[in-house]
Amino acid sequence: MSETGTEGQKPVPFRGGGFAPGARRGVGIIVFVLLIGLIEWGTRIGIISPLTLPRPSDVAETFVQLYQTGLLWKHLLPSLSRLVIGAALGASVGIGVGILIGLFSYIRAGLVPVVAALFPIPKIAILPLFVIWFGIDEGSKYALIAFGTFTPTVVATYGAVDNVDRTLIRMGQSFGLTWLSIVRKIVLPGAMPGILSGLRISLAIAIILLVAAEMLGAEYGIGAYILEAGSLYDLERLFAGVTILSVLGVLLSFLIGRLERYLLSWRV
Amino acid sequence: MDIRLTGISHRYGATEVMRDISLDIPSGRIMCVVGPSGCGKSTLLRIIGGLEQPTEGLAEQIGAPPDGCLNPLTFVFQDFALLPWRTVRGNISLVLEDHGIGTAAAGAIVEDVLARTNLSDFADALPKQLSGGMKQRVAIARALAVRPAVMLLDEPLSALDSQTRELLMDDLIGLWTRAPFTAVYVTHNLAEAVRLGHSVVVLSRRPGQIREIVEIDMPLKARSHGDPALEARQRRLWSLMREEARAADAELIDV
Repeated sequence: MSETGTEGQKPVPFRGGGFAPGARRGVGIIVFVLLIGLIEWGTRIGIISPLTLPRPSDVAETFVQLYQTGLLWKHLLPSLSRLVIGAALGASVGIGVGILIGLFSYIRAGLVPVVAALFPIPKIAILPLFVIWFGIDEGSKYALIAFGTFTPTVVATYGAVDNVDRTLIRMGQSFGLTWLSIVRKIVLPGAMPGILSGLRISLAIAIILLVAAEMLGAEYGIGAYILEAGSLYDLERLFAGVTILSVLGVLLSFLIGRLERYLLSWRV
Repeated sequence: MDIRLTGISHRYGATEVMRDISLDIPSGRIMCVVGPSGCGKSTLLRIIGGLEQPTEGLAEQIGAPPDGCLNPLTFVFQDFALLPWRTVRGNISLVLEDHGIGTAAAGAIVEDVLARTNLSDFADALPKQLSGGMKQRVAIARALAVRPAVMLLDEPLSALDSQTRELLMDDLIGLWTRAPFTAVYVTHNLAEAVRLGHSVVVLSRRPGQIREIVEIDMPLKARSHGDPALEARQRRLWSLMREEARAADAELIDV
């Protein structure tokens, strides 16, 4: 053992790697390109029948046509306005109610069961009800999207408020800060990480509900476009519409990521 | 402004944390409170500071706080309690924002306390950029900003390593020597207690009761690390606490 010969000497084996996923630039794009390339190749040589999947190049062509005829904006703009107004309504009321639930015992005791009861209701199922309540026009569409974003936002927000470091709140009280100051300067910024990650989910749900909202009485809109294509079994148009929704989702997630970087730069 | 505690007892549910504590805290002096873990010393501090209500007994302020005092009873917490989203300056100005003093006056106070704690160069840093010692300096600066009548320090150095602890003790002694303040200093570290305390209150294990109050006459300025007279005091405190600490350590915690 104490001999310094080479006998029995070997480097300590390294076993501390892994379990630390990091950022790898471009991999996501490569996967997309490979997947689409595979489908293109499959549809061209006939392994994939045109009934099961449309050819990506045809979908792209449909999309270009959509753009050239100006129909793209005609469909996209009303959808975007429904999305923005509905989601903004649902998210802001959701954050407000979530904070109230996080702060007051009676509101919590009263509303948490209500939210739990509302959450699993399939919003599509009560669409006719929304039409009666808010009219067949834009009102019911805003309401549906707002309602769908409201519940996940509430749950995420009160969870986030619960997770605010209590020692910071006690600190605020010990320095004689007013109640409003504590809420504005300690609770709200402390809950912001949780609220933003909740927003990621609720905005994705808002996009999902966009199609449902446009099921009834919408002439224009991405959802209406997809539904029409679906009932005609026009796969190229269906996929063009679905792609727009996907891109919308990626865009929203990117924007929230930006917002997080800006608002949460203090995080370790 | 003095603090008087009369017959304070406290229970969490069925657990009796402290029993019949009566204590006078005179102004201009640092009173250390030591005791084995779980003896309720931090709870006692929170009762003094109005963050908790005792089950029985009374905590009173005697006399008016001095002029210009914005928050008579001011805490320094063990885990610093800095807002991570505010800079050093922002964390200090936070506690001045609700007192209706002008922005200019508040700014002047912030600059003054930053200078007194040697933090001026770090004014725009975020807490995540600071070491533990620096974070606690910020918390001390924040406490000084409201010109407290009584500082309530809850194990302020316990989260720091021993070198940083020495440096901060020197800082505290320097601050006190320049402008004596009243402080209740809770710690489990006897070396800190004999360095910083004009008097040391020894609590028994749970339910916490006052076992003894040890006066230390030596001026703070004259005390130094490894001073034989202080070591003798520390040994005496340890002999008072040893059995209590051992018994407290062997206790089951039911929460």
